[in-house]
Parts: sequence; structure tokens; C-alpha cells
Amino acid sequence: MTTRLFGEPVRRREDPRLLTGQGRYLDDLGSGAAAAAFVRSPHAHARVRDIDVTAALDVDGLIAIYTWEDLPERVGRPLPLLIPHPALTHGRTAHPLAKEVVRHVGEPVVMVVAADRYLAEDACALIEVDYEPLKPVVGVEDAVQGGHLVHEDVPGNIGARLVQEVPSAAGLGAEELIDSAPHTLSFRLDIERSAATPLEGRGVYARWDGSDLRVYSSTQTSTSVRMAVAAALGLPLTNVEVIAPDVGGGFGVKIVHPWPEEILVPWAAMLLGREIKWTEDRREHFVSSAHERGQVQHVRVGFDDEGRVLGLDVRILHDHGAYTPYGIIVPIVTSTQLLGPYKLGAYRVEFSSVYTNTVQVTPYRGAGRPQGVFCMERTMDKIARYLGKDRTDVRAANFIQPDEFPYDQRMTFQDGRPLIYDSGNYPEMLRLLKELIGWDDFEPAPNRGIGVGCYVEGTGVGPYEGGHVQVTSDGRVHVSTGLTSQGQGHQTVFAQIAATELGVPIERVSVVTGDTRRFGYAVGTFASRAAVMSGNAIALACRKVREKALRIAADALEANPADLEITDGVVHVVGDPTAAVPLSTVAVLSNPLRYAFDDEAAKATQFAGASSPDRPPVAEGDEPGLEGRDYYSPIRSTFAAGMHAAVVETDPLTAEIKVVRYAVVHDCGRLINPMIVEGQIHGGVAQGVGGALYERMVYDPHGQLVNASFMDFLMPYATEIPHIETGHLETPSPLNPLGIKGAGEAGVIPVSAVIASAIEDAEGIEIDRMPISPSELFDLRG
Amino acid sequence: MKPPPFEYHAPRDLGEALDILAGAGAGGKVLAGGQSLIPMLNMRIAAPDHLVDINRLGELSSIDAGPGGVTVGALARHAEVERAAPHPLMVQALRLVAHPVIRNRGTVVGSLVHADPSAELPAVLAVLDGSVRLARRADGPADGVVTRDVPAGAFFTGPMDSAAEPGELAVSAFFPALPPRTGTAFREVARRHGDYALAGVCAVVTLDEDLHISAARVGCVGVGPVPAVVDVTEACERRPAATVAWPRVAAAVRERAEPDGDVHASAAYRLHLVGVLAEQALKDAAREAAG
Repeated sequence: MTTRLFGEPVRRREDPRLLTGQGRYLDDLGSGAAAAAFVRSPHAHARVRDIDVTAALDVDGLIAIYTWEDLPERVGRPLPLLIPHPALTHGRTAHPLAKEVVRHVGEPVVMVVAADRYLAEDACALIEVDYEPLKPVVGVEDAVQGGHLVHEDVPGNIGARLVQEVPSAAGLGAEELIDSAPHTLSFRLDIERSAATPLEGRGVYARWDGSDLRVYSSTQTSTSVRMAVAAALGLPLTNVEVIAPDVGGGFGVKIVHPWPEEILVPWAAMLLGREIKWTEDRREHFVSSAHERGQVQHVRVGFDDEGRVLGLDVRILHDHGAYTPYGIIVPIVTSTQLLGPYKLGAYRVEFSSVYTNTVQVTPYRGAGRPQGVFCMERTMDKIARYLGKDRTDVRAANFIQPDEFPYDQRMTFQDGRPLIYDSGNYPEMLRLLKELIGWDDFEPAPNRGIGVGCYVEGTGVGPYEGGHVQVTSDGRVHVSTGLTSQGQGHQTVFAQIAATELGVPIERVSVVTGDTRRFGYAVGTFASRAAVMSGNAIALACRKVREKALRIAADALEANPADLEITDGVVHVVGDPTAAVPLSTVAVLSNPLRYAFDDEAAKATQFAGASSPDRPPVAEGDEPGLEGRDYYSPIRSTFAAGMHAAVVETDPLTAEIKVVRYAVVHDCGRLINPMIVEGQIHGGVAQGVGGALYERMVYDPHGQLVNASFMDFLMPYATEIPHIETGHLETPSPLNPLGIKGAGEAGVIPVSAVIASAIEDAEGIEIDRMPISPSELFDLRG
Repeated sequence: MKPPPFEYHAPRDLGEALDILAGAGAGGKVLAGGQSLIPMLNMRIAAPDHLVDINRLGELSSIDAGPGGVTVGALARHAEVERAAPHPLMVQALRLVAHPVIRNRGTVVGSLVHADPSAELPAVLAVLDGSVRLARRADGPADGVVTRDVPAGAFFTGPMDSAAEPGELAVSAFFPALPPRTGTAFREVARRHGDYALAGVCAVVTLDEDLHISAARVGCVGVGPVPAVVDVTEACERRPAATVAWPRVAAAVRERAEPDGDVHASAAYRLHLVGVLAEQALKDAAREAAG
């Protein structure tokens, strides 16, 4: 029996539990806890003049009411700015509860704690906040006029401005090359806001026992929440533990930390000496978590007769909402990943990251890439249209070639490291895609169009992740890693890696993630990094365990470790299955304290050699137990890629838009589990279809989010998602031991670009704004 | 998203329900399927003092199809009516109502009383000239019940507003049967499968013995404060469907529509749609009428 599982489509081991209702999500915990609820601002911009809680004091079951003035200094100070950047000259973050001014609808103003959530909401409804409305700033183009300010001390509402320039090989700038190019085009593109909208919102549940604090949070990073909570509450790190239970989706919004509630709920639990839970409801999620995507882009491009881009100049207005807790990662990703699989003559990109009185913007699956890809792929289509060329030929003319890797794009990526693509094969990928969708045989017809889009995605950003692997005397393998899981299938893929590295059946491997009691150092699950980072760390930890297991088994079997292998959980001499010792026994032998608590320990005594009276039972440099810990820290990101194509039909009368075929060719290096990668792609494409055709955050001129419910924010159902055809290409990453690249965000990235391309082809109308609804297509038809 | 406090009542028969409703007056709200009311309570859009749960009133769950039409009791669920298939247009409409789990719980009469102008069933009642039966406690010491039948044209009084008065319970709705050689159809455009329609049209077409259109009516969804019923018999000029001047018919329907724009669609698009859908639904209905 083989134990090689890496690369196999192993079924998701977590699914039977999750699909039969046995998941333990945040709200499934702490049934006896008191409930927190928040009074949130109904105004986009206002000064808080007075808060009157008198009427709420009569609510039975009320436990406490807190405003900003009640918070100690450590708790009430502005939330941390997680990722500073020199270009972010005017970074601003919110206070956990509003201090004097509210800057978006939904900003928390008062926290109420009551016996249950019903009573807490009753009390909230009776609290009267006197607001002095201020002029709201809505829409990024209005915001940069600077007529009204979101923050009084931020002129022009500009939080950051960054210019990045990559001259041509001959040292010429983009503007110069565009001006002298045979052909030029300039246009404006517009991408609207959407959001991650996981089915489970945020949530925090805190328990204080007088000395230790335990916090459960529906988060994408339990280790960093732990550090944030300890710092805000002035507790030693060792007295705080944070656990991410089952998490019902994150998609980026839960990597932001600490959320106000992650500080306030534990603080109140300590102060009141009782368990407190806050479970975010859907309306709260819409108005008080985070959004993404909104950008306006002005593009100028110069190109030759073949469609080769000689110079590209992009100016981006990025709407980051009211605060910048996550820095300017999103526009940095847009401006760098915009380059895709192409080598341009020269490139200049300038972005302004702009404050508006709307919910803050932080990364949502794709994290700025969908906007960048929309920009570049619209550009490619416009060049093809202008030259009368096939759209795929124009792309191919600009591709980086397979023999040009590693390819240096001469920019700085989001991790602060050089933007160097490690590997890829873009011409082959395009060939596979064209074959899959039948590009060359596509027959044009009225109201039927085909579209294409390409992207490159930097994945597996550092700085590190770790893995711990322990084999216990029952032969079980316990894997833990600090990053969290929110549906990715880590119980399966990490177990596949461990089972393959150690030569054990997967049934014997268990995986724990996101629990600071088990693993204290981690970064988190975001940026398509978990498989690359923790996957490699776990593999390295397994290799340490394997080496030790072979050493111990070699002693027991009087063999050379180099002659041993592990198959099906048994260490044996190659070619001699009788000279064997099970890993369970090796685990017993690894610990000189050998009480015979169980049969395995009793059996192991036959292997116990006579210990030398001249040496300590645990040799110098050795440790008891069969376990290993290791970390993986990459020098830079590894670059995955994908190309999508779609066939779209539009109704000539009703202007309804139907995606009739959708094809994906994807390269994330070596596949750990092709089925899980396909699932990631399917989910990503589904979110992409949402972003292209259905989802938008509609703010009115007063800064009210007018569609803040699943009635009016149209997340697509399964009925709206086309069948997705996938093909894989595997160009291993040379950067990490397993040769893998990230796949988590992939599917969503090019979808708006692809569908715009197909609608344009079907309608003959240029599509420069996404998402697009039937009503808007009707308007465009004129 | 938790409702404000209310008193919950679970009457066991109609008389008890009417007593409670009479006592509650304007502060009373009836809970049947709850598919609209519960979200409104949770969002604190609705804040009744008394919630009167009629789900134990088994006497209200009947679906009676007679020669004159179908009487649907206040507790008949969408899915039950869909399965019983007592009326072709009701079945065509119910297939467009939300999703199976909502249809399993939601009630036909509840949808009528909720009076959402984007909902399918009010338009069906309106195009068929049906009616809603409202019951209340008789004044005075006797425990009598007074009922009144309100025709659809008078029942829908505005968006989310009906003729049901405080203290009244809608106990049933009556959907008249179709005359001979009559076909029906329902067409709508919704953003997602099962969503409220951006615009929708149900059509009832009757043919004469020569298969010329002798009567044609449409009920329009989502293009005004209440379901708009337009009689297009005249515009069809007693022609067979194949020779009707459909643009004229569509124009006649559009003339009666007064849609608003919202986050999902502009008013102009809805106006365009209602004409397109009217033509499609009328053609479908005529085809069905011809058998």
C-alpha cells in the first residue's frame, strides 16, 4: 500500500462534519454568555454632541453601557495602523468607539451589554445620540476636489499618493514612449465597490477567569488578535489565548485586526467578570466591516502595429473609505499586479488613495488584482479592436516567454520585495485555454460573444509560517500550524503533506489550525498563502520528525538509517519487510520515561537497548519525544497565473446577460489536491461573477448604503453561476521545497475583465465600467 | 437583528384569533408564514405590540376549487397550492415566487395582505378580478363574526398597504375560474432566480371560436404602487395572435405603467421591460388558449 497522497484528489476530510451541521462556529459557543450590541452611527459624517442613555437604563437585563469616554486610555486610543508605508502620509484609523466625530454610517458609538441580544438591542434602541450632521464626502472624484474633508487634518482627502515608474531598457519613460508610439489610446475605467460578505459575519466571545483571558474570534489570524488584545488590555501575552473556531468564510475581511469589537468585548468581559459574546448581524456586516474594489482609472497606452505595448500610463483614484487600518496594500497590489503576464516597454503608475465617508476598504479576495487586471485586459482588448487583430494575438505578442524566467518586473511588490516572477509558461497556458473554449472555432452571432482575460498573482507572501508535528505512542500524527482555516480544506491538504512526508495513512493524521494554545507564532490565512507557507513549514517539520524516527529505528533494528524507509506507518529496511518497527513504537522509544501505560509501550521494551551508564538518558542536543517544529520563510512571493475565457449571450429585448460557458486554465505550480484547487477556482469564479454582474455597494449622496441587505445586495445564487470548465498547467515554483504556488484568490481575479470582454464582443459596445446590470446594458444600447 | 418586544398569541380557533385582533387594534399583526414579517421584525421595520400566530387555525388551510373559482384559506402554503394546481395562472405565478423553502412556509393570502407591488400573487388576483375575504368580531356582546369580501381593485391600496383594517383577519382569497378557450401566462425579469421581479406581466387571453382574441388583460408587477391591470382587448382588435399589432399593445400597457427607478433598474428600463413582457405573456397565453 502506498502512502503517497500529495497530488491526489483526496476528498475533503472536514466536509462530513461541516455538511451535517456539526461545525462549531462562533455563535455556537458561549450559549450562557451575556450579549453585546452596538449603537452605530446613522450618519455618514457627524459630530457627536451628546449621548443620553437614561431611557435605556430601565431595560430589564441591562448590564452595562459604554461610550468612548468610559474607555481607559489603552483601550480607547485609535486602532493600530497595521501596515504603514512611506507614501501613506495621512494614515488614519478609528477609535474603538467614536470619539467626537463619526465618519461613516455604521461606525460604533455606544456598546451595550445585556443578558441577551434581544435585550441589548432594546437598550440600543432607547439610547439617544445627538448628532450635528457634517457634510458627507461620497465618491472618489468628488472627494479629491477637497470641498469637504473626511478628516479635518487631511487636505484634499488624500491619504496616500504613490508614483512608480519603470523605464524602458533604453531608459525612456512611459510618457515619452507613449507620445512617440505609432498608436495611442486613452480612456477611463470604473470599478464599483463590492465586499467579501462571508456567510458568517464577524464575532467575538471572551472569557476571563481572574488571571487568564480566552478569546474566540471569527478571524483569519488568531495569533495577531492575541497580540493586539494583550497589548490593548495590558496583559502578558502568556495570559491571553485566542482561538479561531470553525469560521464560515473570511475572503479577506477577517484578516483585519483588531476590530473594535475584538478589543471591547474582552475588555468588558474582564471588567464585568463575566462571559460576553458579540455576534455580528448582517446589517452590521454591511455597514461596519470593510468593502473593496472601488477605483477610477485613467489609462494612456502607446503601442506598435503588432499591438506590443511600448508605454503604459495609469492614474488610479482608489477609494479607501473613512479609515486606513490596512494601509495601502490594495492600490499597491493593483498597481503592481496590473502588469500580468506581460512585459511592457515602460510603465508609469500613479495612485491616490482617497478618504470618503463610507465603510473602510481592506483586501477582499483578489485584493486589488481584479481592478488591475480589468485595467490591463481592457487595454489589450482596446488595442486589438483598434488594430483589427485577434484579442489573443495581441496578448501573445506581449507575453513574457518561458525562457525569460525568473523575470524581473523591476517594481516593489506588496511584501516590500522585488517583483520577480519565479516561473510560468504563458504561451502554453493561452494555447490550452483557446483549445478548451474553442476560441478559433467560435462563430460570431448577434448577441453572442466570447471574451478572454489573463492574470499573474503573487502568492505566498511572507514573512513566515510554522508547523509542529508530533507522533504519539498510538501512532497518530498531530499536526498544528498557527494560521487559521475558514473553509480552505486545511484538514485535508496539510494531512496529505504530512502523510506523504512521513509515510503514514492519512487517517492517522489530525490537523489543528488557528489555536494559539497549540501554535503561537503565525501570520494568518490570506493572500493565497496558507498552502505555500504552512504547507512547506509542515513538510519541513515532518522531515525533522522523519529523520529522528529513522535514527531511533536504525538503533532498534541495528540498521543504517539510509537503508530505512517508512511505509504505511512502519519503519522498515528497504527490501526486508520483516526488519520493521512501527512508528508508534518509535514514538515510545523516543521517550526514555517508559511507563507501560499502554500496550505500545509494553511492546516497545523488546527494542530497548541497554542504556549506557556513562551517558545521560537524553543525549546532549536531543529531546524526548518524536516531534519536530520548523518554519518556512520565503525570500519573496511565488507567482501563480491563470487565463479565463467566457461565452456570453445577451437578450436582444430584455438586455439580460447570461454566461453560457466559462473556461479556466490555471497554474499554481505543483498541485497538492487538484479537487480542492478546482473548488477554490469555482468559488472564486462565482465571486467574480457576482462582482461582474450582480454585486455593488450603492451609496446615495448622503453616504447611506441603500442596499445593505441580502435582499438588495445581489450575491449570486448557484443558479446564476455557469458550469466551470478547468484545465491545469503545472510549472513548479523553484522557491519552495514543495514547488507550490497559492490558489485561494485565483478564480475571482480576471472575471470582470473576461465578462466585459465577452459582452463587448456580443454587443459591439465598449464596456468600461463594471459591474453591469441588464438595466445598464439597456442604457448603453441607447 | 432581533425584534423589539411584543406579546405573542397563539389562538386555537378563529373566534379566539378575532377576539385578540379586536383587542389589539392597530397594534396587532398576524403571523402566518412569516416569510416577510419575520425579517421585518428582525430589522425592527415592523414593531407590533401583539403578534397573533394563526398557524394553529387548521380550519384556514383549505384549498377549494369549485366551478366558479378557487378559494384559498389563509394558511394554505404556496407549495401546497402549487401542488394542488387548482388554477393554471396561480401555478404559473407560484413557480416564480422566491425559492422552494420559502414557498414551503409562505402563504398565498399572506402575500396578498403584504401587498408588495413587486410580488406575483397580487397581480394574479388583480388580473382575475378576485377578492379577499376579511373577517372581524361583530360589535356587541354576541360572539358573531362579520365578513366582507373586498375585490382586488379595492384591496390593494398602496405599496405594502391593503384594505384590511385593524382587527380584521384575511381568512381566504377567491380566484375566479377562467372562461372557456382562455389561456394564461406569467413572464418576468428578475435579477436572480427567485428574486422579486424588476418587472413582470401576467396575461389572460380568451379566444372566440375563430381563434381571434376576444378578451385580453394583463396584470403588471413592479411598475407602480399597486398591481396595474390593463385591458388590452381593444388594442388586440379581435385579431388572431399572429396578426395583432403588438407594438400598439405594448404601448397601451406602457401607458398605464408608472415605474420608479431603484438600485436594480432604472424607471425607463422597467417601462421598456413591461412592454416586452406584456407582448411575450400575451402571445404565450393566446397560444395556450388555442390549445
